[in-house]
Amino acid sequence: MSLITAPPDAPAFAKKPAGVGRAREFGILAALVLVVIAATVKNPNFLFSADGWRDLLLTPSILMLVAIGQAIVIITRNVDLSVGSVMGLTAYLTGRLFVDIPGIPIVVVVIAAVLLGALLGLVNGALVAFAKVPAMVITLGTLYAYRGINVLWTGSDRINASDMPKDFLGLGTQQILFIPVLSIIAVIVLAVAAWYLRNTRGGREYYAIGSDPAAAELYGLKVTRRVLSAFVLSGALAGLAGVFYAARYGSISSQAGSGWELDAVGAAVIGGIAITGGVGTVWGAAIGAMLLMTINRALPILGIPDFWQRAVVGVLIIGAIVLDRVLAVRQRRQLIEARDES
Amino acid sequence: MTTTTTTASTRAIRDYDRPLWRRIFINREFAIIALLVLVTIVAAVSIRGFAQPITANYLLLDVAPILLIALPMTLVMITGEIDLSVGSMVGLASVVTGVLTQSGAPFEVAALAALLVGVVGGAFNGFLVTVVGLPSLAVTIGTLALFRGLAVGLLGTTAVTDFPEAWTALAKAKIAGTTIPYIVIPFLILLALFIVLLHFTPFGRGVFAIGLSKDAARFSGVNVERTKFILFVLSGVVAAFAGIFYTLRFGSARGDNATGLELQVIAAVVLGGVSVFGGRGHLHGVVAAVLLIGVLGSSLRLAGVTSDVINIITGGLLIFSVVAASVLAWVQRIRAKAGPPLRVAASSAP
Repeated sequence: MSLITAPPDAPAFAKKPAGVGRAREFGILAALVLVVIAATVKNPNFLFSADGWRDLLLTPSILMLVAIGQAIVIITRNVDLSVGSVMGLTAYLTGRLFVDIPGIPIVVVVIAAVLLGALLGLVNGALVAFAKVPAMVITLGTLYAYRGINVLWTGSDRINASDMPKDFLGLGTQQILFIPVLSIIAVIVLAVAAWYLRNTRGGREYYAIGSDPAAAELYGLKVTRRVLSAFVLSGALAGLAGVFYAARYGSISSQAGSGWELDAVGAAVIGGIAITGGVGTVWGAAIGAMLLMTINRALPILGIPDFWQRAVVGVLIIGAIVLDRVLAVRQRRQLIEARDES
Repeated sequence: MTTTTTTASTRAIRDYDRPLWRRIFINREFAIIALLVLVTIVAAVSIRGFAQPITANYLLLDVAPILLIALPMTLVMITGEIDLSVGSMVGLASVVTGVLTQSGAPFEVAALAALLVGVVGGAFNGFLVTVVGLPSLAVTIGTLALFRGLAVGLLGTTAVTDFPEAWTALAKAKIAGTTIPYIVIPFLILLALFIVLLHFTPFGRGVFAIGLSKDAARFSGVNVERTKFILFVLSGVVAAFAGIFYTLRFGSARGDNATGLELQVIAAVVLGGVSVFGGRGHLHGVVAAVLLIGVLGSSLRLAGVTSDVINIITGGLLIFSVVAASVLAWVQRIRAKAGPPLRVAASSAP
């Protein structure tokens, strides 16, 4: 923000917040690299085997997509708790379409799943934006409702890998130049989202709304439409993640994706997205998602029983937000000092 | 956000302009209580087996942890904060009780230790929120993972089941001559304590004041930090108590006990009329909402409806209850524009 708004004669103001922001993402990235190096030293297969390498890139891709959407919603000072349920529904839709319509093109299935996700997101967004009800309440409601619809639709049915075409499951394992296809797609989505948020008017409006909704409204931004679009994006990305889930795991029950909402919020928070809105980048959220998923795999290798995973994740989340707070306090002090000097 | 708070405060002003009977009968809490009575009567008449006393017994045993935790959660949410870590605290308290009992400590000592863990966990949340100054949503998402991780880490996938017979029997026992379980007694005591605390003490007025405006509360002498800290500790210790009850009721301490309970508690509190922005809410509405979800669930289950439909209904009810309020406000705004001026305008004119 300050990169754009700071006057040219105050470079100190302009530079510092950006510097802090960059340091923030660099910090988690360093933690991620450290975890990967430590696990690889202990067991080279963690990185240097075909399976290990693929798992390192592939597993986080799914959470990464959900976390990108979540990040955009949180930047507008809302939250989307229904993403896990949306993901479960679209994963089942993916499997169902392959079972019911033999020979259906994969592209059509992907589009259908993304559209369903967007539609579910639209419901969230419409309720939040038009009814002016806190997003947490609405999406807590749709978390239950969507999961209920999912269980109702699925029943005790389970879609297995044998029900889906080989080409589609191949997406989950295929690689181009040693990089899994799904990861490439996820990174492309990430790059587009990051570019949009950083460089376009629409993207900056998300930050403006999150920083101060009332001011954004007064300034004449179309807050309702923007918030609506954030939820649609979050739903669509969760929909795409549902397709990924089906391709990666090949087995979809009615409980697919349950509990992912908190992982997605956790990834965003670790990645430096402020829960109070207006601050953070999708890059951070994506690295946060990678760190969460990588730690899950690295702990057993490092000799810590994987029962302790969630405790480590908890410490990470708390550590990340405490670090954010320390940085914010220090930055404010510096700004005040700079003001007093001038 | 600002628009919501202003409408909330204008509504408060208008409420006192209305006659007493309208204030009592036309509000959110009364609507939930009326719905609870209606659903109970319909279920008792139309569903075979619901009117049995044993149904009440199971219903109360099932909702007891939610009922208990909803009490401090109501106060926490009225201050505008939230505690997502309660479900994990139930699991952690359950595991602590189990591990200590297994290692030979008397059950009473183990239960006391679990309560202490609740105090420490709540204080940790409170410290991060009030002293470090972090948003409670982020803090308690962290401790949600942390407490659950400690619980699962301590016990792995095993379960402790060897609790003294006397205690597990007590958790399920009925008060002599009735089908009401004993857990109702501590619940009623806690309910009375929390009602007094929230509605009849300066501390309670402070809780509302913080929710309406933190700065205004601070300027009028409310110790905002201390109040919030105390509430988080209360939330932790009551969750730990619920965890001990949960363990005894099922006779099993497991790391994954009560996973996802936090969302059920928050859904009930919000349905009961507590605003997530803070400043508004009553305990009787929340208790009615917990019972409403419980009665709906158990009657539908008796009617052969599966738990997924119950989930849809719970979610739908939650959304409907909040959206209905804003639709009403919207209708009032339309009428205010078209018809005679609102009562607020009339009362503030002189």
